[in-house]
Amino acid sequence: MGLDKPYLDIPGTIIFDTDQASMGYHLNMFAMSLKDAENRRRFTADENAYLDEWPMTEEQKDAVRDRDFNRILALGGNIYFCAKIGATDGQNYVEIVSSMTENDAHAHKQMMIDGGRSPDGNRYLHEWADGDPAARKEREERG
Amino acid sequence: MARISASVYSSHVPLIGAAVDKGLTGDDYFKPLFDGYRAGREWAAENTPDVVILVFNDHANAFGLDIVPTFALGMSETFEPADEGWGSRPVPLVVGHPALAAHIAHSVIRADFDLTLVNNIPVDHGCTVPLSVMFDQPDTWPCKVIPLFINVVQYPIPSGRRCLELGKAIRQAVDSFDDDLDVQIWGTGGMSHQLQGQRAGLINQPWDHEFFERMINDPEDLATMEHVEYVREAGSEGIELVMWLVARGAMSDLAGGAAPTEVHRHYHVPASNTAVGQLILEDHS
Ligand SMILES: [Fe+2]
Repeated sequence: MGLDKPYLDIPGTIIFDTDQASMGYHLNMFAMSLKDAENRRRFTADENAYLDEWPMTEEQKDAVRDRDFNRILALGGNIYFCAKIGATDGQNYVEIVSSMTENDAHAHKQMMIDGGRSPDGNRYLHEWADGDPAARKEREERG
Repeated sequence: MARISASVYSSHVPLIGAAVDKGLTGDDYFKPLFDGYRAGREWAAENTPDVVILVFNDHANAFGLDIVPTFALGMSETFEPADEGWGSRPVPLVVGHPALAAHIAHSVIRADFDLTLVNNIPVDHGCTVPLSVMFDQPDTWPCKVIPLFINVVQYPIPSGRRCLELGKAIRQAVDSFDDDLDVQIWGTGGMSHQLQGQRAGLINQPWDHEFFERMINDPEDLATMEHVEYVREAGSEGIELVMWLVARGAMSDLAGGAAPTEVHRHYHVPASNTAVGQLILEDHS
């Protein structure tokens, strides 16, 4: 019998559970290593060499190189660990967080000032049946 | 005799600490937030305790994935502010209270809570931002601090019920400490926010206001709320709010005493990606 994971029915959200943590152990420990200034310097100087010091999958390394945070989290990353990658790039939390959404940092910051994203329409997977907010926005822009 | 005189509930958003450190608290963006903190700071100046038991979670700065304790109590004499990737905050060293921590550890573990006991461990924004919120920028923090780390990062995390019961056990422990100490317990984190995925930026103001009410008036009922409801309604990082129940559990009304008095409440959206909440309850034992 499988484990009870009711949180899988929430759209656009990855819960960092023991399965994710198991998949992402090396990825997260790499990211956590960037809390040391010397490691940030070495990573910035030669990203590939630094990544190769960690037994991560090629897919995980690519996601890091692309700064694709949604992909990083899907492959077992946790946001608190992996935000240190953005910190090393000189990004703040609004910049890191907005990169996962349909908005750029400026639009995201304004959305927060205006009260944030409403939970309405964002509670269950079936409410995103016609696409996530990015896909819907793209469709709108195409007309 | 030691006694817990009050509980404080506070968001611990990194940007709030950055605003204090960089002197930006009067800016248009921050002014409404910090105006709302003034009454809490005045209260804190008049009601500075000897010790704060500060309940928070580490954010990949003290614990990695090598060791993931559900509850960890800081036993040391001092705790360094962590470098979280942006450089360490220019805040005073956090000074602990080893004797009270040892007493709490002994008592709470014997009450069937499997605390992990930690020394020589850094504290991140989860601990230092609430201190800045309440005490601004002193040369040294005006009280001792016992950090209590709760795992809310890797699921399964402790239930609301377990957090509330831990608070009750801490109250019993403090009550049986012989030295005359004024102790406060602070629960931190939240309120609604989501820092990840396509749903990032979620804020639920009605839910947050309801959470305040239930926290004050019916914590036993609030403690039955499932994690999935926190996540669905208040965002994936809104789950931090379960930590407020540890502080609430230490109020004496849950051990047959009188209800606590609300002396201050503040709510503001946003700081960075987060809805900010603050609440102060005075205990009457
Ligand atoms: Fe936090």
